[in-house]
Amino acid sequence: MTTIAADAHGHAHDHHDADHKPGFFARWFMSTNHKDIGTLYLIFAIIAGVIGGAISGLMRIELAQPGIQYLQGWASIAEGGTASLDQAYHLWNVLITAHGLIMVFFMVMPAIIGGFGNWFVPIMIGAPDMAFPRMNNISFWLLIPAFLLLLGSTFVPGGAGNGAGTGWTVYAPLSTSGSPGPAVDMAILSLHIAGASSILGAINFITTIFNMRAPGMTLHKMPLFVWSVLVTAFLLLLALPVLAAAITMLLTDRNFGTVFYDGLKGGDPELYQHLFWFFGHPEVYIMILPGFGIISQIVSTFSRKPVFGYLGMAYAMVAIGVVGFVVWAHHMYTTGMSVNVKMYFTAATMVIAVPTGVKIFSWIATMWGGSLSFKTPMVWALGFIFMFTVGGVTGVVLANGGIDDVMHDTYYVVAHFHYVLSLGAVFSLFAGFYYWFPKMSGRMYSELLGQLHFWIFFIGVNVLFFPMHFLGLSGMPRRYPDYPEAFAYWNQIASHGYTIMAVGVGIWFVNIAYSMMFGAKAEGNPWGEGATTLEWTLSSPPPYHQFETLPVIEDNAHH
Amino acid sequence: MNIVKSLLAAGLLALVPALAGSYPAMAQEAAAPAAAVESMAAPADIAAANAAAPAAEKVAAPERMKPTEGIGMPSPGEYTIQKQFSPTGREALWMHDALLLPIITVISLFVLGLMLYIVVRFRRAANPVPSKTAHNTFIEIVWTVVPVLILVVIAVPSISLIAEQYKPAPKDALTVKVTGYQWYWGYEYPDQGIPEYVSNILPPEKALENGEPNQLAVDNRLVLPVGRPIRLIITAADVIHSFAVPSLWFKMDAVPGRLNERSIFIEKPGVYYGQCSELCGVKHGFMPIAIEARPVAEWEQWVRSQGGDPTAKAGAEPAKTADTAAPVAPAKI
Repeated sequence: MTTIAADAHGHAHDHHDADHKPGFFARWFMSTNHKDIGTLYLIFAIIAGVIGGAISGLMRIELAQPGIQYLQGWASIAEGGTASLDQAYHLWNVLITAHGLIMVFFMVMPAIIGGFGNWFVPIMIGAPDMAFPRMNNISFWLLIPAFLLLLGSTFVPGGAGNGAGTGWTVYAPLSTSGSPGPAVDMAILSLHIAGASSILGAINFITTIFNMRAPGMTLHKMPLFVWSVLVTAFLLLLALPVLAAAITMLLTDRNFGTVFYDGLKGGDPELYQHLFWFFGHPEVYIMILPGFGIISQIVSTFSRKPVFGYLGMAYAMVAIGVVGFVVWAHHMYTTGMSVNVKMYFTAATMVIAVPTGVKIFSWIATMWGGSLSFKTPMVWALGFIFMFTVGGVTGVVLANGGIDDVMHDTYYVVAHFHYVLSLGAVFSLFAGFYYWFPKMSGRMYSELLGQLHFWIFFIGVNVLFFPMHFLGLSGMPRRYPDYPEAFAYWNQIASHGYTIMAVGVGIWFVNIAYSMMFGAKAEGNPWGEGATTLEWTLSSPPPYHQFETLPVIEDNAHH
Repeated sequence: MNIVKSLLAAGLLALVPALAGSYPAMAQEAAAPAAAVESMAAPADIAAANAAAPAAEKVAAPERMKPTEGIGMPSPGEYTIQKQFSPTGREALWMHDALLLPIITVISLFVLGLMLYIVVRFRRAANPVPSKTAHNTFIEIVWTVVPVLILVVIAVPSISLIAEQYKPAPKDALTVKVTGYQWYWGYEYPDQGIPEYVSNILPPEKALENGEPNQLAVDNRLVLPVGRPIRLIITAADVIHSFAVPSLWFKMDAVPGRLNERSIFIEKPGVYYGQCSELCGVKHGFMPIAIEARPVAEWEQWVRSQGGDPTAKAGAEPAKTADTAAPVAPAKI
């Protein structure tokens, strides 16, 4: 595909300059290198993911049986002294809020866009670095105060107890008049800063992709992962300012006497929901589109075939991005919107199933006739395709406004979005991690541990999340610390699923530690002829600065 | 400012019946001022009013209805939607069980089947040389058009279901106002002259004693007639709540500053449970909903037992008892 295959090896004399790395502090704390910043993002996301995952563990322990078993004890530890039942329930709301915000803003987004995007977008388009390396630095370092603000909010009053207990959606007026104390203000500021970080990152990606492609790398030759990050960056750029506006109005309602969301004084709480979901729905595509890109690269690599229907795949993502902006109110079917509005959002939402279906079938067609090897990244990708299908079809069910009346805010919704995120986005993250681990670290991971990780995690998350469909169908609402005995059966099974999943994650950490210490040295291209994108033409790990001589992309019409 | 004051007043007054407790007590409270003011309003009818008042006082509330296992509540280990007891609920249930669920199951199994076939047929050992096919316009059109057709098949009944659900209640429908509070519900029958009473969760031991499911049982239920169209007007006094009853396919947010209207029609007597379905703070999980649906005659008896007038026509001037029996300001918003 490229004329510069093995360029990094061929120009050994460049290596001295290319590999000149700054000292530890300058390299990791003042870094402007896209690969180092990508690594920082990944480390950050792993830490945040462990915290967010541990929080969901607390929730699953409490939900394993009906009644309040542990919550009051935990609240007593958190608050000091003996906590009241109200404080215990408040702690519950803090846990669900923190889990959602951490997983969305501090785990999936930093990992998939900040981590893999930073690492591989410049390399895949044949660029030496991002367009704005210093802005890249500030994008990452803004996340640290944002995360600390969110974690810090759990130590200050937010109503009945410490912490913000508003849910990740921060609906007014629960988040305004309903939550006295500085905790919610801190959480809002945290979102502001995380949002600013993402907007800067988005500007950087768009500029990089539009201006820094190597000669011959036309838009229609870009790897699909780059396409996915490009679409995602536009979604970020258009959606996040709306979130910023919405939560700024929350802040002024809380602190400066405005009444944007106060229905009793001329405002409207529904305004907040419209603004939030105008951001919130594109946000779910922000989390999954780069995953689509990763899966496309992996499926093509391990099938030894070019991606089937490349243009259809690229423009399906563009279509998902565009349509994703006009379906937001399907999150609000029960708010009392008018019947025509509800019909419109039902129809518009279902349209998204079409480009999504194109992607699923194109992945299958890519594998059709291929020569498949089932290395760890590929089994994660296969798991992704099926689990995302399951999460996608329940989305079609929920898209129907009339059906949603019984499912809205139940565990059916929880099951749906965990299938597309926890079994979708997270599977694509693990797939990408195993796919690029040799490239990033220069060492091979343990195939045995990788496969074990996949199967245990796969079984765990399915045992964890599939029963939630049943809970939701029989009517169990979300965000409840306690439930009638009738819901006990599936809840207990779900909690067992969490344990299995946690074991899987443990194996992943063992794999990382083992591979970093004892892993075999990785070749430049460990995946063979199927891996055709530019990162596999470099050494593993790549030189500190790659492509000091730009690669030239040959005009071979087929991908 | 006035609005805020009257809201506060309403909120405080709403607590009064809660303190008063059970139905008969409420009946007395409501009936006493009713008699007094009615006599003022219509001096000529003093005798009649006097005759009516003790009669109203004497009407006992029908015995508290016992719930039936598996009706109007979740069942242990259940993996389906609860049995439905409203026409739109049955229509929606049909759409889910007979249309959506089969379609999504078939699609999922189809994708799984294709993947299993590919994994076996095109594994490296079985197919060492990959094909280079990367385009096939025909198949790409097929997998775009077929999903569109499937979606159209879903969309048609889906849209008509929404239309059905949103049909406004007829003029003579019973109107009940539902107000969400942190963390209980308030029910008011403006036309029948039953002032707002509140509905709180029962403690576990009390629920057990009543033979009702824990977490779902409440002290004062929302009592509704069977076979008569009902208009629920739903709002909230503090933060957003959501009034949800799964076995009636009903969920409508209670939003402060908004009156959300939704019609409901219950086909069979029974107790139908639900739970607040929008995060509303500390005790979000502890403000359940219980609807007690009764045959019209029994419902009328209940209304009388509360000092209300079951024959009051909706849309007409509220029954005299309405003004008088409701010291609570009727308009809170």
